[in-house]
Amino acid sequence: MAMPAGGTTPAPLRVLLAKVGLDGHDRGLRVVARILRDNGFEIVFAGLRQTPEAIAAAVIQEDVDVVGVSMHNGAHLTLAPLVVRALRATGLDTPVVVGGIVPEVDVPKLRAQGIAAVLGPGASNEQVVASVRGAAAQAPGR
Amino acid sequence: MPKYHGPMADRRRWQEDLDGAPSRDIPFETMSGIPLQPVYGPDDAELPGQWPYTRGLFASMYRSRLWTMRQFAGFGTAEDTNGRFKELLRSGGTGLSTAFDMPTLLGRDSDDPLARGEVGRAGVAVDSLADMETLFAGIDLGSVTTSMTINSPAATVMAMYVAVGDKAGVGRERLGGTIQNDILKEYQAQKEYVFPPRPSVRLVTDLVRFATAELPRWHPVSISGYHIREAGSTAAQELAFTLANGFAYVEAGMAAGLDVDEFAPRLSFFFNAHIDFFEEIAKYRAARRLYARWMRDRYGAADPRSCMLRFHTQTAGVSLTAQQPELNLARVAIEALAGVLGGTQSLHTDSYDEALALPTEKAARLALRTQQVIAQETGVVHVADPLGGSWLVEELTDELERQAEAIFAHLLECGRGSMLEGVFASIEDGWFCGEIADASYRFQSKLAAGDWIQVGVNGYTDGEDGQTPILSIDPAVENRQLDKLARVKQARDDDAVRRCLQRISTEAADPTVNLMPALIEAANAYVTVGETTAAMESVFGTWVERSVA
Repeated sequence: MAMPAGGTTPAPLRVLLAKVGLDGHDRGLRVVARILRDNGFEIVFAGLRQTPEAIAAAVIQEDVDVVGVSMHNGAHLTLAPLVVRALRATGLDTPVVVGGIVPEVDVPKLRAQGIAAVLGPGASNEQVVASVRGAAAQAPGR
Repeated sequence: MPKYHGPMADRRRWQEDLDGAPSRDIPFETMSGIPLQPVYGPDDAELPGQWPYTRGLFASMYRSRLWTMRQFAGFGTAEDTNGRFKELLRSGGTGLSTAFDMPTLLGRDSDDPLARGEVGRAGVAVDSLADMETLFAGIDLGSVTTSMTINSPAATVMAMYVAVGDKAGVGRERLGGTIQNDILKEYQAQKEYVFPPRPSVRLVTDLVRFATAELPRWHPVSISGYHIREAGSTAAQELAFTLANGFAYVEAGMAAGLDVDEFAPRLSFFFNAHIDFFEEIAKYRAARRLYARWMRDRYGAADPRSCMLRFHTQTAGVSLTAQQPELNLARVAIEALAGVLGGTQSLHTDSYDEALALPTEKAARLALRTQQVIAQETGVVHVADPLGGSWLVEELTDELERQAEAIFAHLLECGRGSMLEGVFASIEDGWFCGEIADASYRFQSKLAAGDWIQVGVNGYTDGEDGQTPILSIDPAVENRQLDKLARVKQARDDDAVRRCLQRISTEAADPTVNLMPALIEAANAYVTVGETTAAMESVFGTWVERSVA
């Protein structure tokens, strides 16, 4: 990501937030958008019914640092890895953070498939901010 | 003291209604033997079963009949859910309630590319009549009542249910139950829309007209605040947005030529039972009173049943925590009690493991048993509206009513005197979504600041053992369903399918035609949900939300 010319403050991190698949539960995604915005992030709100391919295209278009996807209907093991794969297929190493109803037993499976972090139900504002910052910091090329 | 909101209560008529109502054969007394009256209050207090129904719809309330214990279930294939239905009926459940998977809810078939990973995950997959036949196999549709929670493809799925009944020889007049068919809240909260609002409301109205003519025991719309609340609204917003949607359907039905008293008696509602105990009880009381007044005074309803707000309640999914999930048993019990003290007609209690995954069979049984504890052990069912006359509950009832009226006034202004137009306009400009998102973020900020403690989440966090067993859906479900769909498509008459789809798109283009007969014909030809939706979408178009966070 470009640094502002001559500035000392890094540009804010840009986070794309999306729901993947058909699930319409967008309360969490909207709350996370506001938490991140209040903490100095720039939000690209892609919203509902995004495909992994559409997310990858938006990441290129919008120069996004971190992708946040939200899932509440049990499809995370199928869909979250597809988002990672779609990004990698486009040559992007953008980290993906998953939020929503994800049972603890599924977290290692998601991590093994390249998901940078998982935010479960009840995550605090601090956890949301820390996981997105942490994901961005670990991303290669930063 | 309770306030009076209508003509003076008629105690003699109340006594007659009470005497004429069936009575459950149990002693109406406290555990220690103190006799209990059916209702309490001063001589001139409002009475249950009388206008404006603040204190309940019936003179005898739960002395005659307990609420329906209706547990929502659905996962995997139709065979899996059919098994869960039979288990619930054996355990004393008294009504079926069907959860469909996400592709079905959005009118897509299991073989749709967008359905990948979601087939049978969060509910049962229904592609064609073949799945509905399996879903209800061995269950007498004339003796159970069935609730089907589906909206965008509601008319299509209802057509399939009617076809299943027809084939089993159950007369349409005996089919009892409810289909949610409440599309307006989808644009506001749950987001399971397909078509734009106006043609979607036409489909709602078609189903209402069909049910009015042919399904006297069916509730063709369940106007739902549940999802509005789950999306983050306040209690007052849940109350007001839901009733406003109800009034919008009433206006749509009347505009389609129905007399209000022809269909209003079978409208029903569905509210959330959240954790703020007294506010919830007040919400149900305010809902009944507001509805009665609006139906009579604004819509000219003359039949008392048109003015009676019947409702189902479900405990608040969003109040459940993934942390120390056994605590959810306590939350659900308290929320369910609020629903009962608020006079609900039916109730779903959430399972304690639902912040983790779909419920296991044991968790679902505990949830049902929680209702049975309230019904059989606590004694709260002996007296109607036991909190009526509480200064707190009466004041909260009045305050929620005032807040709802302010929202109605805003919507009417947006619609230039029409609630239907006001709701359309406020969907189109994103007003509902913005109001709900604001309220949701205010609550999150309270949690973050520690101004609201959620036990196990931002307070009392010791004791997490991470041992809760959860239900996992066999990934083979998707393949089994895909095989079944392929077999159905192989076996059916392709010419008949084409003719049915042609008829659907032709009739969709003519808003004066009721689409239900064409949809029933299509169901019988094993036209799929996805094919039917696509045929309508080619005429109605697709709704895309303005994405604002």
